[in-house]
Amino acid sequence: MNSARKKVTNVIVHILLAILAFIWVLPVFWVILTSFRGEKGSYVSTFFPKTYTLNNYVKLFTDTSILDFPKMFMNTFIIAIFTCIISTVFVLSVSYCMSRMRFKMRKPYMNIAMILGLFPSFMSMIAVYYILKALNLVNGSMIRLALIIVFSAGSGVGFYVAKGFFDTIPKALDEAAIIDGATKWQTFTKITIPLSKPIIVYTVLTSFMAPWLDFIFAKVICRADATQYTVSIGLWKMLEKEYIDSWYTCFAAGAVVVSVPIAILFLITQKFYVEGMSGAVKG
Amino acid sequence: MKKAEAKKKRVKEFQDPYTVTGALVKGNIITKLSLLIMGLGNIAHKQVIKGLIYLAVEISWLVYMIQYGFYSMSMLPSLGWREQQKVWNDAKSIFEYTAGDQSSLILLYGVATIFVTFLFIIVWRDSVKSGYKVELLAKEGKHINTFKEDFKSLFDKNLHKLLLAGPIMGVLVFTVLPLLYNITMAFTNYSKIGDKLVLFDWVGLANFKKILNIKDGIGGQFYSVLGWTLIWAVFATVLNYIFGMILAIVINRKDTKAKGFWRFCFVISIAVPQFVSLLIMRTMLQPTGIVNTLLLKYGLIDKALPFFTSATWARVTVIVINLWVGIPYTLLQVTGILQNIPAELYEAAKIDGANAVQTFFKITLPYMLFVMTPYLITQFTGNINNFNVIFLLSGGNPTGVGDTAGKTDLLVTWLYKLTVDKSYYNLGAVIGIMTFIVLAIVALVTYRNTTSYKDEEGFM
Repeated sequence: MNSARKKVTNVIVHILLAILAFIWVLPVFWVILTSFRGEKGSYVSTFFPKTYTLNNYVKLFTDTSILDFPKMFMNTFIIAIFTCIISTVFVLSVSYCMSRMRFKMRKPYMNIAMILGLFPSFMSMIAVYYILKALNLVNGSMIRLALIIVFSAGSGVGFYVAKGFFDTIPKALDEAAIIDGATKWQTFTKITIPLSKPIIVYTVLTSFMAPWLDFIFAKVICRADATQYTVSIGLWKMLEKEYIDSWYTCFAAGAVVVSVPIAILFLITQKFYVEGMSGAVKG
Repeated sequence: MKKAEAKKKRVKEFQDPYTVTGALVKGNIITKLSLLIMGLGNIAHKQVIKGLIYLAVEISWLVYMIQYGFYSMSMLPSLGWREQQKVWNDAKSIFEYTAGDQSSLILLYGVATIFVTFLFIIVWRDSVKSGYKVELLAKEGKHINTFKEDFKSLFDKNLHKLLLAGPIMGVLVFTVLPLLYNITMAFTNYSKIGDKLVLFDWVGLANFKKILNIKDGIGGQFYSVLGWTLIWAVFATVLNYIFGMILAIVINRKDTKAKGFWRFCFVISIAVPQFVSLLIMRTMLQPTGIVNTLLLKYGLIDKALPFFTSATWARVTVIVINLWVGIPYTLLQVTGILQNIPAELYEAAKIDGANAVQTFFKITLPYMLFVMTPYLITQFTGNINNFNVIFLLSGGNPTGVGDTAGKTDLLVTWLYKLTVDKSYYNLGAVIGIMTFIVLAIVALVTYRNTTSYKDEEGFM
């Protein structure tokens, strides 16, 4: 009796999970199908495409007259690389200071960082735009530099995860090094950094992904300059009324092209995030 | 009592015997002169390079102030008055435009000047202290650091100065300065209303009065948007948490097969960039989108479901889709913690004859809440500021006739609309400040009651 009931519960649970998993996977599956769809336009009457084609991908990368996707991809890639380098250096520096150094401004800095985090992040966007304009960075290819600044300049505020990681590295290691005559700089570069692989990978990947995922900052900075668009604005444009009919399937193709690397990076990040959370030196 | 003691101890830890007042009262003539001529004290005591650096800072500040600074400050109270004018140029026989004042730039330069001056005062204090310090050290016959030693200490004792210089500059110039600039806008009439985009004035608290006045058109919208923002944040946070936790528990059950596969199915949706999945959802749910088309085709409904055109439908839709977005995140966070709950607790409960529901409410839920309160708070504040989901899904729609805020607009998306679309910069700034106040209250009330705030190093 009891085992029969258990079996029924088990079957129900698995059916339920299957339904839920189906709901979660469905949109993803649908984009992939749409990206290979032969019929144009956003209006379709069947779930599965009637004809399959690779033309959407071909068009995405070759038809550069209206929406230049390869250029957007390169823009985003360049921005992402520089953002990633600057942000990582900033985040690691701040986290190390907050975790290991004791100085007067430490607590105030941490409190201010928390307060700054409470303002809506793009509340200051218009002001940032004016400042960048005053620095002459909002025209032509300087927009890239402007976006790099926008994505990386504020990264010194987001130090919590990395600081938490550094906190788990035993202080005894630092003290031993100092007794051996190492300077603080040496303990930072020779002891803390080599022990922090998970959190460095995590920081590098999250800051690399930021420009691919952001939409709003890029839109405000680029305004109408289509040559400087990042991938996300480009994809957004493809769904606007004047483009949607001819670009809808290309949007799906673009979404797949962007999502695959991001998904891979994300899965790697997760692994390192979990490792980062569980601490540096075990035992 | 204990707190006061701890505070006292902290003050002592960083106490600095070389203060500005000390320099003013007890310093010798050179130290006192270096209140005016920065770096003099250092130069007099053989710290030439350090002294020259201080002096260079002072000179560049003075040059800046004389060239731009004083003018910017003097313009700040009026924010400019000269309109652009057309002047007939006889020699060239054309109309020429004379440059008028542009209030937004005057305001920016004014705020920037105050900001620069504030930074200068910090350096000035530092230089005075440093001058006083070398005087005392020389008097006591102690060693005075050479420039080389000072430089070396940047890699050791003063490493934080070296490491923090870049990040702090970045935050100051591209986060703090813009924020201050934006906050000052809240006290002006910088707005498309009344054509005040070029020249505008200070209006004091008028904008705040307008927004807080429920009878005013904008004020009425403010309260409705605020209400919806809070409802949204509560629902989005609580539902995500509960459903995510139930899902995690179900997957974690001993009898559930293929745990990894189920988790993968849910996590794959996070791996797709959010703006992509949200844009896809939006097109799927349009009146002519795939969902309505299929439902109509199979005769399940007579006319398209108004996912984003009816207020109630739109609100439910965004909350439900946010579940789709958010549950996998909760699943990821919860899974690890669930496995950490001591198994003995469950065994004891089983022996006592508790059923699944009882175990959940008596053991799992209290344990999870204890561990995850900080996570929930960040989720809540994150949801109040959840721009992406609303903007990309519904765009704040449906919007009533003549309203600037739609029925699903949050404070943040409304802020975006007011500034970027409508150019009501002053009102946008007020909304930003209001959002901050709401968040600050939530954060203050809750953070103060969590252990991780009270005892930062407690777990070590």
